[in-house]
Amino acid sequence: MKKLLLGNEAVALGAYEARVKVASAYPGTPSTEITESISRYEDIYVEWSPNEKVALEVALGASIAGARAMACMKHVGLNVAADPLFTSSYTGINGGLVIVVADDPGMHSSQNEQDSRFYGRAAHIPVLEPSDSQEAKDFTKLAFDISEKFDTPVMLRMTTRVSHSRSLVEPGERLDVGLRDYAKDVGKYVMMPAMARGRRTVLVEREKKLQEYAEKADINKVEYNDRSIGIIAAGGAYNYAKEATPGASFLKLGMVWPLPQDLIKNFAKNVERLFVVEELETFVEDYIKTLGLKVFGKDYFPKTGELSYEIVARGLKAAGVKSEILNLAFEDFIDVKVSSIPARPPALCPGCPHRGVYHVLKKLNLTVTGDIGCYTLGALPPLSSMDTCICMGASIGNAHGMEKARGKDVSGKTVAVIGDSTFVHSGITGLIDVVYNNGAATVIILDNSTTGMTGHQEHPATGFNIKGEPAYKLSLEKLCEAVGVKRVRVEDPFDMENFEKAVLEETAAKEPSVIIARRPCALLKRNRLKNPPYSVNKDTCIECGACLELGCPAIVNMDGVSIDKDICVGCGLCAAVCPTESIAGGDMSE
Amino acid sequence: MNDTAILIVGVGGQGTLLSSRILGEVAVAGGFDVKLSEVHGMAQRGGSVVTHVRFGQKVYSPLVGAGQADFILAFEKLEALRWARYLKKGGLIISNTRKIPPIPVTLGLQKYPEDIDEILSSAASTCMVDAGRIASECGSVKAVNVVLLGVLASRLAFEKELWLRAIRKIVPQNTIEINTEAFNRGYELLKG
Ligand SMILES: Cc1ncc(C[n+]2csc(CCOP(=O)(O)OP(=O)(O)O)c2C)c(N)n1
Repeated sequence: MKKLLLGNEAVALGAYEARVKVASAYPGTPSTEITESISRYEDIYVEWSPNEKVALEVALGASIAGARAMACMKHVGLNVAADPLFTSSYTGINGGLVIVVADDPGMHSSQNEQDSRFYGRAAHIPVLEPSDSQEAKDFTKLAFDISEKFDTPVMLRMTTRVSHSRSLVEPGERLDVGLRDYAKDVGKYVMMPAMARGRRTVLVEREKKLQEYAEKADINKVEYNDRSIGIIAAGGAYNYAKEATPGASFLKLGMVWPLPQDLIKNFAKNVERLFVVEELETFVEDYIKTLGLKVFGKDYFPKTGELSYEIVARGLKAAGVKSEILNLAFEDFIDVKVSSIPARPPALCPGCPHRGVYHVLKKLNLTVTGDIGCYTLGALPPLSSMDTCICMGASIGNAHGMEKARGKDVSGKTVAVIGDSTFVHSGITGLIDVVYNNGAATVIILDNSTTGMTGHQEHPATGFNIKGEPAYKLSLEKLCEAVGVKRVRVEDPFDMENFEKAVLEETAAKEPSVIIARRPCALLKRNRLKNPPYSVNKDTCIECGACLELGCPAIVNMDGVSIDKDICVGCGLCAAVCPTESIAGGDMSE
Repeated sequence: MNDTAILIVGVGGQGTLLSSRILGEVAVAGGFDVKLSEVHGMAQRGGSVVTHVRFGQKVYSPLVGAGQADFILAFEKLEALRWARYLKKGGLIISNTRKIPPIPVTLGLQKYPEDIDEILSSAASTCMVDAGRIASECGSVKAVNVVLLGVLASRLAFEKELWLRAIRKIVPQNTIEINTEAFNRGYELLKG
């Protein structure tokens, strides 16, 4: 029976049916649910690795050992894993190896917009791109076949709307695939110059064969309809284009690298005007132009953000496509007369341990080099306490660089803030640099005992593995001491008075220091914060706004200040900042 | 039933995903091709969230375009307003009466519009429901999502039993009773 699955769940099902033996990943929206779903299958080894580079290395090792293996990540994760990616293309595989990468057009949950198809092209590996959940499952299985047939890692490119949409999937047979034999093969798996030169030519030959495969592959489909317009599209963009002009002719690409030259040329010959509809970069469009064909693309569709049916229809209309074959429903919406609708940005949750830290940093007016996680929300008003946010792990190097640029005094007014998961992912090397190169940075590790932003995954310092089983708990304090930081202290971010003292002392110190702000995430299942809600005594409240400066969603400022008892978890920070003692636990109106 | 498009909108954490999953399950049981597009990640931390739901003979895009939604099911009033232009002419907005001020409003940087009811009802058919009160009466404020789903269900042609079955399948075991009651209260609201 068909099931309504997320694209990510469908990839997991595909991996299961393809008999993946080892799956490794580091979480990242929109890719996280792939690995979470795989972890529900008993007989697949699955892990959260400390970062994507390690994840890919684990998967590659498993593949060389003869197992089908998979590594999953978001687009920026592939930057971290790019080093093993490029050389895994040289070694090729033994058991099938698939790298699932989820791009985030529109940056729903990301710090940049990247188009991973370029990685496929640059590393000379094939890239498949599904457009719905059924294809996500089918392409995952196919990717393993291609991987083994051509001795190459294969990339499966997802995008947010394919990863996070549900559509119907027909489950299939689980394949009977065993371990392949492992044989030592220095020429293939030891990539030093002499051997790599040999493999480099293999790569070129392989790509040629893959291109021939692409010409005939079932997943590259031509659908002829009205031939006045022919659209080439893949993935989510295909759906939007299909919706915008169901009557057009289509070349739907399931394989977006290598591209099928002859198929494209032939399609171009058979339609009057050729369009490419693609999200993010002009990847397919540029390729088609190199074939000397006339093609319309980003002249009519935006170069940034994600597409939608509406955007595609608008673009085709602007390009002069006859309206008989366009679906113009979008032009006919209701007239809502409203001048400005307040934005609703995400915010730190009620009871979030990060809030106390930012309250202190704001009060002390420090320069804060930031990092990526829930705590990045501290950059937004009213906390407004972050100066930089680049990529995972960057906060520490950024703080060190600021000090080296402007002198030691800077480190007395600067702190780096970094989450526990992020610190393990790629912060530790930055800290080693600070110690090694005689810096004096103060680093605050926000240890909420989880990877919060991506939906609460375990990591090496939580003491549990992906299946929730107890695991060795990495000690952050010992780790920091071991790299040479002499000033390491653990503080409770809810105790803002003490926390402030700690920050003052550590920023004043002329040597590297680490403050571990330790308190579990309020949403964490095994440690959920749920104290009785607080309330405001309206008789004594002077509406000074001090509590509002915490940016807590439970504090409501409509017809006076009140606390939403449905979402308040009783952390008490608001009571601590109230100058008139008008906020307290329990209902003060009773 | 013709091709149908529904937007479920609210504030991250309000449980929009649960209701869209129930709705999706019902549409599948009703024999339709179905696509849902969900929001996971950052916006779930109290941001504006939207789930797109579409079903029909064959659905391509998982996204509902502007002017395409037959229904907007809003868990919060400001969110109803934010997404209103996605409504098709002749469509219906079903909205919770609940106001959740976003942080910029709390900080006094922006104003929560006072006249949302009038703006919406002058542009479309609306149905404003105090779902929080009904949910509390059923035993849990959290059941707001299922109360609203009940109201929507009474406007769709699926058999009621399909809904009840989907609820039993998807909501946590120990909340089946509360949610069934919440659904029924919503379902009966527009009757009579
Ligand atoms: C290279 C890379 N991988 C993954 C992500 C996705 N991501 C963003 S923040 C984050 C981790 C957040 O965990 P933590 O540092 O513990 O902070 P918290 O959210 O718990 O406050 C992840 C995995 C990313 N942005 N970049």
